[in-house]
Amino acid sequence: MSDKDHLTLNIDGQKITAKRGQTLMQACDAAGVYIPRLCDSEGLEPQGSCRVCSVKLNGRVVAACTQPVVANAHIESETEEINRYRKDLVSMLFHEGNHLCPICEASGRCELQAMAYRLGISQAAPHPYLEPVRPVDASHPDIALDNNRCILCGRCIRASRDVDGKHVFEYIGRGIHKRIGVNADCLAETDASIDDHAMSLEVCPVGCIIRKREGFFAPVGERLYDTEVIGRDIETQQPHHHSLHKIEVKQIDPADFPPFNKDDNGDTV
Amino acid sequence: MSKRKVRIATTSLAGCFGCHMSLLDIDERIVDLMAIAEFDRSPLNDKKTFTRRCDIGLVEGGCCNEDNVHVLKEFRKNCDVLVAVGQCAIMGGLPVMRNAIMHSEDPLRECLDEAYTTSKVLNPSKQIPNDPALPLILDKVYTCAQVVKIDYQIPGCPPSGDTLWAALTALIKNEEPTLDYALIKFD
Ligand code: SF4
Ligand code: SF4
Ligand code: SF4
Ligand code: FES
Repeated sequence: MSDKDHLTLNIDGQKITAKRGQTLMQACDAAGVYIPRLCDSEGLEPQGSCRVCSVKLNGRVVAACTQPVVANAHIESETEEINRYRKDLVSMLFHEGNHLCPICEASGRCELQAMAYRLGISQAAPHPYLEPVRPVDASHPDIALDNNRCILCGRCIRASRDVDGKHVFEYIGRGIHKRIGVNADCLAETDASIDDHAMSLEVCPVGCIIRKREGFFAPVGERLYDTEVIGRDIETQQPHHHSLHKIEVKQIDPADFPPFNKDDNGDTV
Repeated sequence: MSKRKVRIATTSLAGCFGCHMSLLDIDERIVDLMAIAEFDRSPLNDKKTFTRRCDIGLVEGGCCNEDNVHVLKEFRKNCDVLVAVGQCAIMGGLPVMRNAIMHSEDPLRECLDEAYTTSKVLNPSKQIPNDPALPLILDKVYTCAQVVKIDYQIPGCPPSGDTLWAALTALIKNEEPTLDYALIKFD
């Protein structure tokens, strides 16, 4: 279908309808075609920095999250070449930071880890582990920042600035020294609050922004990506199997139990 | 003459033995494994030295002391295919947490002080273990690939019995050990 408001895209041989003004990512999401992504998050302005959403648009590599739809678009996404780029980008993120998944409370719900699984990263990358020395800021009573796991996606910056109307986070430094800074000496001295959108589990894709006293609430097997591939919700247009959030379990009142009526021999008394 | 059995050697360096325990999680498939393979140097049979060259070496744990480095080099010398098993061997795992104090001027001293002198863990003598029989601790924890050439890695902490089985059977068949989605885990 092509008219004043719509056009047709061809992605990996599949025809989908897009609204003019949408990005490739938005059009594909709506049509149930998942494009891998890390720095893009629903509700935030796209920034186009991680390049995991790279696709080939009429032969040129573009970032799907920032590229507007165009007429006669022929898009390649799930090809060996594009997935190789994505694999390299994701494995470099593992090597650039300090990712100790076995001790990380984001493990199982982490988008970086889930993306590695989706892309089938199991063998060693040719890159060395850089083992950077990065600080942990646990000054805030409800929030900790473990920069060792930060992938510089900037989602916290955009969430704090555009949704919360604060400016808790900002990039500082350049190149390999670039990192996330807070707008004071430490997080406790900013106006950050646990109720900020920036601190919600949807925003930080990894285990850098930590909500204190909430870690490890979901047992292994019941974490978001334990039973589904990242992107399955978009591909099937179905909700997730498991929640990203803690589900409040109704406490059982001991008074609800029937009185215990057995003696030591197991006989009813 | 019948074909000889595949020779496998295993070792645990700076690991918790969880990866070895996980190997036992292949359950009754161990009977099939023993029909085609035999273990040489391995804590599973308590053989402390190589009796001959092995086809596959499975290494659990990274290197945190000089003995780990020595054993790892022996494995490289005596095994055709050397596999890093588990996150400790691949990226240092839990022991590598001590590398986080590398910002210190004297990281090893700070680590030992934290463990033995200043910590609240009961250690009345406040002494840092210094018996000549103890291997010297390294300045930091090294991954296996930082010390020798590693051919393949099997991720997980530990990799599940199914993951180990899939990788091991592929290696025995001389194939690339590619893992299905459900078998790739980093924790
Ligand atoms: S942030 Fe993700 S990839 Fe990094 S250690 Fe945590 S779970 Fe692993
Ligand atoms: S703290 Fe989290 S959200 Fe912010 S840039 Fe780092 S990884 Fe992204
Ligand atoms: S990877 Fe995990 S299970 Fe294996 S030795 Fe290390 S800590 Fe233990
Ligand atoms: S998701 Fe498009 S560049 Fe990161």
